[in-house]
Amino acid sequence: MNKTSRREALKSLLLAPLAAGVASATGCATGGAVNWNELPREYSYGRTEAERQRDRELFAETYFSEHELVTIAVLCDIILPSEHPNGGALDAGLPDFVEFIVKDRESLKLPVRGGIAWLDSYAIGEFGADFANIGEAQRLAICDRIAWPDAEDPALRPGIRFFSLMRDLTLTGYYTTEHGFRDLGYQGNVANVWDGVPEQTLQRHGMRYEPEWLEKCVDQSRRDIIASWDDDMNPTS
Amino acid sequence: MSTADPYDAIVVGSGAGGGMATWALARAGLRVALVEAGPWYDPADEAQRTQFRYPWESPRRGAGTRLRPFGDFNACIGGWELDGEPFTTADDTDFMWWRARMLGGRTNHWGRISLRFGPLDFKRRDIDGLGDNWPIGYGDLKPWYDKVDKLVGVFGTNEGLPNDPDGFFLPPPKPRLHELYYIRGARRAGIPVYPSRLSILTKRINSERGVCVYCRQCSRACGLHADFSSSTVLIYPAVATGRVDVYSNTMVRKVDTGADGRATGVSCIDRENRRELRLNGRTVVLAASACSSARILLNSISAQHTSGLGNSGGHVGRYLHDSTGASRAAFLPELMDRDVYNEDGVGGMHVYTPWWLEDAQLDFARGYHLEIGGGMNMPSYGFGFAANQYKRFLGERVGGYGNGLRDDVRRFYGSRLSIACRGESVPQYGNYCELDPNVVDEWGIPALRFHYRWTEQEINQARHMQDTMEELLEAAGGVLLGGKPGPERQYGLTRPGEIIHEVGTTRMGDDPATSVTNRFGQLHDADNVFVADAGTFVSQADKNPTWTILALAWRTSEHIVEQMRQRNL
Repeated sequence: MNKTSRREALKSLLLAPLAAGVASATGCATGGAVNWNELPREYSYGRTEAERQRDRELFAETYFSEHELVTIAVLCDIILPSEHPNGGALDAGLPDFVEFIVKDRESLKLPVRGGIAWLDSYAIGEFGADFANIGEAQRLAICDRIAWPDAEDPALRPGIRFFSLMRDLTLTGYYTTEHGFRDLGYQGNVANVWDGVPEQTLQRHGMRYEPEWLEKCVDQSRRDIIASWDDDMNPTS
Repeated sequence: MSTADPYDAIVVGSGAGGGMATWALARAGLRVALVEAGPWYDPADEAQRTQFRYPWESPRRGAGTRLRPFGDFNACIGGWELDGEPFTTADDTDFMWWRARMLGGRTNHWGRISLRFGPLDFKRRDIDGLGDNWPIGYGDLKPWYDKVDKLVGVFGTNEGLPNDPDGFFLPPPKPRLHELYYIRGARRAGIPVYPSRLSILTKRINSERGVCVYCRQCSRACGLHADFSSSTVLIYPAVATGRVDVYSNTMVRKVDTGADGRATGVSCIDRENRRELRLNGRTVVLAASACSSARILLNSISAQHTSGLGNSGGHVGRYLHDSTGASRAAFLPELMDRDVYNEDGVGGMHVYTPWWLEDAQLDFARGYHLEIGGGMNMPSYGFGFAANQYKRFLGERVGGYGNGLRDDVRRFYGSRLSIACRGESVPQYGNYCELDPNVVDEWGIPALRFHYRWTEQEINQARHMQDTMEELLEAAGGVLLGGKPGPERQYGLTRPGEIIHEVGTTRMGDDPATSVTNRFGQLHDADNVFVADAGTFVSQADKNPTWTILALAWRTSEHIVEQMRQRNL
């Protein structure tokens, strides 16, 4: 199935009534289809042949069912909503990232799959339909109960663990994209010349460089002059 | 197949020791074969570049894999486990073994921490009665350290410390903000702190190599060649002499010897087509890493060397030892809601603390140094995990969802300060590697079996490390994270091999009965076989080994050239 038809399938799945076996469920409105920016499936960044082969195998494997992927999308969207100038989880392609990373790190597979199953079971018990098919207010009511690790109800522990994992994956999957970099204001990973902490920042923290320390540091205006020393190990350039 | 004319020297392994030997021997006019088990590598080659990649250029956002355990962008091809190349550990003992398989070996991802051993580091037995002295002293090696400083480049400062010698340093970079907090904590605790010493070019050192552009990515290998990797600094210039043939993807099986017991060359296998290859040489220089060189020697069994080459005294593989390690981190409330700017700096710490208690009465021998970490790192896989856990220190509720999480992430970004200790262990005859009689690798070479246990010395040292780190982190204004490991976890002591400073397996000495090589790395049992990696170390100081490997390898190479001139080789 190509990406477009997969998307169509997700839509129809979301809008469909509940699966057999929970036929008594009410089948609440979903608020429409879930869509997200697709992530690339080909990468080139200095890989060995063995690494390329492994990534080809991972991309060829499908782990999550469409229902699971939709549930991941709905959950990621709650954790970091798209209604924000820097975009949210779905803009950052989170469901695709989660799909890849659980295949790459096998120990994550079961916690996510089992977590979704727990969430659906809980949602059916509380609201008569699985998580993707209950109303937004109902979803948030569930999240309010499992998003806080200090919650005391022991019956919620599996849900709390799962929500914490999804929060971790959502934030890491978001902040490692251009959306996340913008949100964080990250300014590194470019060629530059480090010449110390900005003066206003030093002042804000009540810090100063010790003069005798500073004296030994590189004079960046002379960085291109070839280094030399006298016989006593003193720099002379 | 075999080469007709013998090479003047066959160098096995292309890391710090092999690179230096290849460069020094080729420069002296010798014809050299350099044999490397992995592929050719150049970080400036776009097909191999990982530097300046953004996390989204990797589908796993830089997470480590079995094929690149230190992260998807790390330059080192290799790891703790290699397909088709097993090793084993004896019952109830433990060892981790990192092997690189690429031109330049582990110099492609090392921390560039470049510390000379000091006068005391060569004579520890004289001080604490444990282990053995080196046959050489600081005075023997100082001229070579001096030459390495000038050839390779290292920043640092001359502080006149008794056991952390001055050098020909490039000027260091200014400390980052979290390092200023560390300095403040160290001053309060009365513990010294100095600019770090890393082989990264803060100034131009020649017209070929670039100057640091402060991307903090030395572990990805530098396309500007502004840090030390054996490939970029030594091997490319050596190859440019026209006197070096590089045999990449070629594994050495054994050193071949003649009826007189001297080496005639090496037997290898071409890993790409599985063809056997024999190289003839007048001398063989082993620099495959301490354990791999020991393995080659142990596998070089002949009528003249029935227990392996160089092993008539039974010492090959013995005295295997690694640095100790422990680490701890803290949350610095004063670093919440930071000004965000580019503070990448160099790939590693700008400040460090060398061992400062040489004269103190302690319940362990030998010392350790402290490495400082923290700052506004580039996000990669794992960033944002437990994003607002520090809220519990502020009396706020941890967890939640929604756009408020963005504020938490920004609020706590760069507010962590960490310390890692690296210490000296006491070499033990009973810690060793040997050929496993039951296991071979896919080339039919017997695998290594390790025997290694820490002693009370290292465990007590780790306890001291934990106390020191707590004191410093709290003095810096930090709130300690995680629990303090106690005796049940050996005080957080790293596993043997984990610090990747394994040395000692072919130690040097004047007595052939208790050592494998002489003071020039020359085998007592075969005068045209040399060891130029850290196998010759009698003791691994708390200093990272690379600078000493380079100095020793250069010294050994000059010795080879001199002996050839005198027709002794």
